[in-house]
Amino acid sequence: MQNAEAINVGNIKEEPKVSYLTNGFTIKSWLLTKDHKRIAILYLITVSAFFALGGTYASLIRLELLTPQSDLLQSATYNKTFTQHGIIMVFFFLIPSIPAILGNFLIPIMIGAKDLAFPKINLLSWYFYMAGGGLTLFALLQGGVDTGWTFYTPYSTTFSNSYVMAVGLGIFINGFSSILTGLNFIVTVHTMRAPGMTWFRLPLFVWAHYATSLVMILGTPVIAITILLLALERLAKIGIFDPAIGGDPILFQHLFWFYSHPAVYIMILPGMGVISELISNFSRKKIFGYEFIAFSSIAIAVFGFLVWGHHMFVSGQSIYAGLVFSFLTMVVAIPSAIKVFNWAATLYKGQISYDTPMLYALFFIGLFLIGGLTGLFLGSMGLTVHLTDTYFIVAHFHYVMVGGQVLAYLGGLHYWWSKITGKMYSEFWSKIAAIIIFVGFNLTFFPQFILGYLGMPRRYASYPPEFQVLNIFSTAGASILAIGLIIPLIYLTYSIFFGAKAPANPWLLPGLEWRTSSPPPTENFEETPIVTWEAYEFGEESGLDLEDARNKYKVTV
Amino acid sequence: MKFYKIMQENSWVPLFPEQASTFAWEVDVLYFYLIAVSVFFTVGIVAVIMFFFVKYREKEKFATGEEIHGSIALETVWSIIPFVISMTIFLGGAIIYFNQYRPPADTTEIYVVGKQWMWKMQHGTGQREINELHVPVGRKIKLTMTTEDTLHDFYIPAFRTKMDVIPGRYTTLWFEATKPGKYHLFCAEYCGLNHSGMGGYIYVMEQRDFDNWLSGTESGQTPVQAGQDLFQNKLGCASCHAGGQNQRGAQIEGIYNKEVKLANGQTVIADDEYIRNSILNPQSQIVEGYQPIMPTYKGQVTEEQLVSLVAYIKSLSGAGGAQMNGGSTSTTTGGSATTNNANSTGTVAPRADRGDSNSQGSNPNAPDIQSEPTNRQR
Repeated sequence: MQNAEAINVGNIKEEPKVSYLTNGFTIKSWLLTKDHKRIAILYLITVSAFFALGGTYASLIRLELLTPQSDLLQSATYNKTFTQHGIIMVFFFLIPSIPAILGNFLIPIMIGAKDLAFPKINLLSWYFYMAGGGLTLFALLQGGVDTGWTFYTPYSTTFSNSYVMAVGLGIFINGFSSILTGLNFIVTVHTMRAPGMTWFRLPLFVWAHYATSLVMILGTPVIAITILLLALERLAKIGIFDPAIGGDPILFQHLFWFYSHPAVYIMILPGMGVISELISNFSRKKIFGYEFIAFSSIAIAVFGFLVWGHHMFVSGQSIYAGLVFSFLTMVVAIPSAIKVFNWAATLYKGQISYDTPMLYALFFIGLFLIGGLTGLFLGSMGLTVHLTDTYFIVAHFHYVMVGGQVLAYLGGLHYWWSKITGKMYSEFWSKIAAIIIFVGFNLTFFPQFILGYLGMPRRYASYPPEFQVLNIFSTAGASILAIGLIIPLIYLTYSIFFGAKAPANPWLLPGLEWRTSSPPPTENFEETPIVTWEAYEFGEESGLDLEDARNKYKVTV
Repeated sequence: MKFYKIMQENSWVPLFPEQASTFAWEVDVLYFYLIAVSVFFTVGIVAVIMFFFVKYREKEKFATGEEIHGSIALETVWSIIPFVISMTIFLGGAIIYFNQYRPPADTTEIYVVGKQWMWKMQHGTGQREINELHVPVGRKIKLTMTTEDTLHDFYIPAFRTKMDVIPGRYTTLWFEATKPGKYHLFCAEYCGLNHSGMGGYIYVMEQRDFDNWLSGTESGQTPVQAGQDLFQNKLGCASCHAGGQNQRGAQIEGIYNKEVKLANGQTVIADDEYIRNSILNPQSQIVEGYQPIMPTYKGQVTEEQLVSLVAYIKSLSGAGGAQMNGGSTSTTTGGSATTNNANSTGTVAPRADRGDSNSQGSNPNAPDIQSEPTNRQR
């Protein structure tokens, strides 16, 4: 990425005078924008703020767990801290992160469209997100909520004195943001593909988002219904979940996980889409088994709806139901395995470059492997009886969510940073940060697998002293991880103001997003592109004059 | 499991919990199998990726990689192999799970009631304990559990087993301890303010020590006796259910675990859950041939009283939960619910209903190692 001048060769168009960033400077031009790219920036800023808040809660949790006693935080505060960490991270960071920021920015460009199908609805979805987030923040300032992000009944309906309903309403409203984004993506992909952009020429990032959108529009209404039922019981005392007034607490768990398990795939599928892009483009060759990766996303989305009961192996559900859910859990692991094998095979006979995004992709595969394989531990019923509700499960889903999704998000953010901002970040610092994050992450969460097998339950403000050594490791790791996450904040912000100007296509890649200027004009393309090449096409059909670029690069070096 | 012992004794950080029940080694074997599978795949795939990374690193800036579309054969192979392996994991897990969650017939029953934030146990012989449970080695123990308020979860890591405890219904957990010692009992399902303080210890004792402990401990009424007292005197159930041929209420002798025909034509098995439901919601399952005249007892009986009633009704079918030592040490002097030793009461947090965040219960978390009963043998 060092030779910006030299790289900006080939057949890429001259930069237009007005980009989407320079098309209006007033606050109104941002807050009432219908440009999917500007909305993506709005999401980027607000989602990052929620990520920082969720991270602050995480730091408090780790500091409290440094000692066995609940000394830094009293139990009441600690319970609110882990609850709010979960709610903020799940609903206001993980779910919107890749789809609403990178997906919003890139899907129209990747398929050669001017915008999403419903630009106003896209803006509305950001306002839903802000309203939901704002209400949740308000509830946190008022005193917070202590039910755990899972809101299990009857604790959440009958016993908790905290701001359950305000947060519930926040999540309810925020759900519409997900639904509208999913709707927008599906219609856009169906109706707005550029001439020649067939389904099997779509970048896998788009396929992954298509699958994610299916889950969003089918799953999110269920959590909305669940919250409504929760409200009916909590406010009107209608017995739905509390057995004292005629309800069934297990019903809540079924409803909650019917959404929240598929929501796990809302969080990881877009990340897998990013990794497919990175692996293929930085190997400079077609991805191995395109159709298998594309359909594995769909398979995950479909089967993801059928495994919710694996969260309930110890909750008194029928052991025969458990049998079915355990079997289907094993089945849903297969498409993920297929993806990993195809990514590895893609590297074979590639021309691999070690740029920062590729570094993140490598780390992703390693951590996702561990996260996915420990998922098999938890899908195996006999083991899960011992492991569930312990730190093992905490470690498992952080390996998938942080090791998987957050790393994919950071990889994607670096990969498309030049496109989004038109500026180059520091290659040196970005590599340092990626390595620090990788080391810090493993040191934080690997000890938690051992803690879990030893039997340390989750959501404990205090714990028996024999668990302390491993908790100290974990807290030390979290400190390193925090540093690793602050560094990108600094150099990425720095690059916006002082970074080198980015060329349109710094790596000479074939995707449509690299065939427009950095940053793109408001309409994305000067003229509607006509697609005549397959996804990840590096041969002559791509229309990129790679030979010319190689020669010019040699001259400049 | 020699390997296990070596790992456990030579590591300066704890890696594996103690194995103290018949499930423990089964679960550990499955765990090691999964670790082997995970290490194999993680190391294998990462090694391949690292190899490709080095071997196929960019030879020239903007070079083009070789065009390879994919391979159906490879896709098939790497779909089927993980599927077969995952099926072994599934089956192994299912077998252990069915062992864990289907109690055998010859168990000794202990009743457990959870409440924010303590565990109350009662032996079939009448001994009551709080946050502690004494069990003999080599005996199959079945816990019948419920809660007075919200969800809890009875978790004993050294036994590798846990079960949610759910308001409004009974769940069961069984185990057979194999090694005397003192083991953690945790509440593993988040239950509010003092969740992390809701725990205690399981004391596994040799049979001889356990007998000593039983005889040295004051026992109140056995659950069956308490149930009988409630049935005949305090709640007056007997006025309808013990009148012989012409009684108004359904017959209860000999029904336990038998099929009962309901007025709506269904048949149900008269298990613990059915008996409990018939007391709390009598209108929901009317026995064929009887009028729906029984009032609900919801709100009038506590969970502990319900447990006693169920135990009594079971005993009328010769299936009482009070076989342990034939109840020889029990007395009928009264319902004074005493705990086995004075220390244990000290570890119980005061109950603060409704999770009021202002009432900071004293935090009894750091386990009180000293509070061991005197007759315990390590």
